[in-house]
Amino acid sequence: MHIVVCVKQVPETQNVKIDPTTNTLVRQGVASMMNPFDRFALEAALRIKDMDRDNVNITVITMGPPQAKEVLIDALSRGADDAVLLSDQAFAGADTWATSYTLASAIRKLGSVDLIICGKQAIDGDTAQVGPELATLLDLPYATYVSRIEFLEPRVLKITRQTDEGTAVWKVPLPALLTVLKDVGIPRVRSYRATLRARRYEVPIWGISDLRLSKESVGLKGSFTQVIKVFSPQRAKDRTFIEGSVSEQAARLYELLKKQGVPGL
Amino acid sequence: MDYFLTEEQRLLQEIAYEIVKERIRPVRAELDEKEEFPWAIMRDLAQSDLFGIWIPKEYGGLGMGILENCLVVEQLARGCIGIATTFAASGLGAYPIVLFGSDELKRKYLPPIARGEKLAAFALTEPGAGSDVSAIRTRAVRVGDEYILNGTKQWITNGGEADIYSVFAITDPSKGPRGASCFVVEKGDPGFFFGKKEKKLGIRTSATRELVFNDCRIPRSRLIGKEGLGFIIAMKTFDKSRPGIGALGVGLAQEALDISVEYARKRIQFGKPIISFQVIQHKIADMAMKIEAARALIYSAARYLDTKADAPDASKIAAMCKVFASDVAVQVALEAVQVLGGYGYMRDYPVEKLLRDSKILQIYEGTNEIQRNIIGQELNKEYGRIKESFIR
Ligand SMILES: Cc1cc2nc3c(=O)[nH]c(=O)nc-3n(C[C@H](O)[C@H](O)[C@H](O)COP(=O)(O)OP(=O)(O)OC[C@H]3O[C@@H](n4cnc5c(N)ncnc54)[C@H](O)[C@@H]3O)c2cc1C
Ligand SMILES: Cc1cc2nc3c(=O)[nH]c(=O)nc-3n(C[C@H](O)[C@H](O)[C@H](O)COP(=O)(O)OP(=O)(O)OC[C@H]3O[C@@H](n4cnc5c(N)ncnc54)[C@H](O)[C@@H]3O)c2cc1C
Repeated sequence: MHIVVCVKQVPETQNVKIDPTTNTLVRQGVASMMNPFDRFALEAALRIKDMDRDNVNITVITMGPPQAKEVLIDALSRGADDAVLLSDQAFAGADTWATSYTLASAIRKLGSVDLIICGKQAIDGDTAQVGPELATLLDLPYATYVSRIEFLEPRVLKITRQTDEGTAVWKVPLPALLTVLKDVGIPRVRSYRATLRARRYEVPIWGISDLRLSKESVGLKGSFTQVIKVFSPQRAKDRTFIEGSVSEQAARLYELLKKQGVPGL
Repeated sequence: MDYFLTEEQRLLQEIAYEIVKERIRPVRAELDEKEEFPWAIMRDLAQSDLFGIWIPKEYGGLGMGILENCLVVEQLARGCIGIATTFAASGLGAYPIVLFGSDELKRKYLPPIARGEKLAAFALTEPGAGSDVSAIRTRAVRVGDEYILNGTKQWITNGGEADIYSVFAITDPSKGPRGASCFVVEKGDPGFFFGKKEKKLGIRTSATRELVFNDCRIPRSRLIGKEGLGFIIAMKTFDKSRPGIGALGVGLAQEALDISVEYARKRIQFGKPIISFQVIQHKIADMAMKIEAARALIYSAARYLDTKADAPDASKIAAMCKVFASDVAVQVALEAVQVLGGYGYMRDYPVEKLLRDSKILQIYEGTNEIQRNIIGQELNKEYGRIKESFIR
């Protein structure tokens, strides 16, 4: 069984700074780390490997600048078997589509893949689109917001999803793609042996020529969307605290909403 | 200070300290308060490969030595010596098998200990036999293809939690100290029971229990080495493990110093940080000097013992590491509480725990008085062999 885990390098700080002239993230001088949800994606894959160590292979893959190699080394240090870095000048400025397109090409190049696991979302870009887009491009079934992965049969998963509507349990045939929540399990610590191996591991770097992609199909040029402006939202200053018993509060809230002309009231 | 460690040795420190930062520090106060066994952290340590440190590679370990064990337990001790003791006691329990076990015993017991799937324990002390180990009364009688054990062991670290026990028992009472032997006993063996978990001053997350053998039957093949080797096995094991107790002291003292200096730089009294008072500076200077001296002793002693497996002065050197660094740990932890004043006395800060925990280092694996006896007796013997006179 071959599992691919998609990991993204994100800035370590929670309060990401934005360059007001270029509208891009200020990455200089900010330490990087693995996207927290991708640590859970890796853990989910490792738990599957724990069940059958000799027959499960995990490849971690990331698209990013050369220093994104660090997150791959980190994943290898926790037990992933192989890693691929997708890095090329031409990939710069990719939107979620171009990111997914590039990742999809790389996964096709990897050959037979049974399961792809992504994080729920990246804490910087925050779109949660890459997973579903990737599955669509690869023509795979997918499930998002997965909190638990079990096996019904060797090639059929039973997954649990957490959504706003509630908990759903799905049967998913392999190959498939999942995006996971932190409920899949606490990410494990580094292992001594795996870290030694990771330090000596030569991470292959694939660019557009390796993936046989045109410059126009990737990066900024291959993107349908462009960031025009990024800004911190204005804080709403209007705040009213409603007090009283629950039914009084409800009545007051109803009045307020009605006064503001909320449709249907 | 640079101790010229190899890349591998530094990596061991790095991984152990990562576990301290991410897993141990956030829970140590709670584990202490609840006196709860640190199973979750044992699983982290298992995943880190560290349980294999001194188990030979052919049995699934990392095949490393005393120095590497010291480096790891020193780091773990910065987190909690209750946890570090739990970890180290598994190595202590495995060591008799590593040193003297048959290939069969090694193949059966060492791989799961190296993987951290099973914990081991070392069972020597009895109610009537503490410092005087020759007074042990647990008996092992051979009947056909089995040994039958009867007796009680007291204060055994990992008792009840471990699956594999190295147990010392008398096989021939007529032979005195040469009549003791060492056996592997498994949790679940018929006639093997556990007493209640002891309530302690410190290292409260670690489990300390009584082991009771009531016609406990084990296969003959569980004998480690030969009959009569018991005390030799115990002493050789202590020669390997005692520098590690010293290293626990260094790690604990380092944590106490780190907290003291950070606190002294922030705490304002009389309009300035208390670190600007010379008395506080001298306190932390003394703490730092003692720690560095202890660390330097342990690292060089460990290197020496690792390179010279049959060093004639091994027991003396190992005892020096244990006494010196454990005394440093108690002194430094005590001073740390003083530097933090009333805050240091409160459970909201970690130093009162460091003080409570530190005391055990002067007691277990042979009290510091017994270690000084070993050192003194060895000096007496050494100087008896020297022909030159130093007195003119
Ligand atoms: C220099 C730069 C310029 C950019 N310019 C633009 C732009 O012009 N227009 C625009 O729309 N966006 C732009 N972006 C943002 C970019 O679109 C997103 O960072 C990227 O597409 C991933 O989307 P996301 O962060 O929302 O990930 P999500 O969709 O939230 O991530 C979900 C999961 O997908 C996987 N994943 C996401 N990204 C990667 C990756 N790179 N490698 C491997 N796996 C991954 C991970 O498993 C992750 O948990 C830019 C980013 C950078 C760094
Ligand atoms: C938390 C904890 C965990 C332990 N874990 C283990 C374990 O895993 N396995 C195990 O086998 N044992 C274990 N022990 C037992 C430990 O090794 C003994 O407590 C220790 O060896 C001292 O024995 P004792 O307590 O009976 O003290 P005693 O021998 O009764 O000594 C009492 C005092 O007299 C002093 N003294 C005794 N004889 C002499 C002498 N000849 N000269 C000078 N002073 C002397 C001692 O130094 C001490 O100060 C543990 C103990 C504790 C408290």
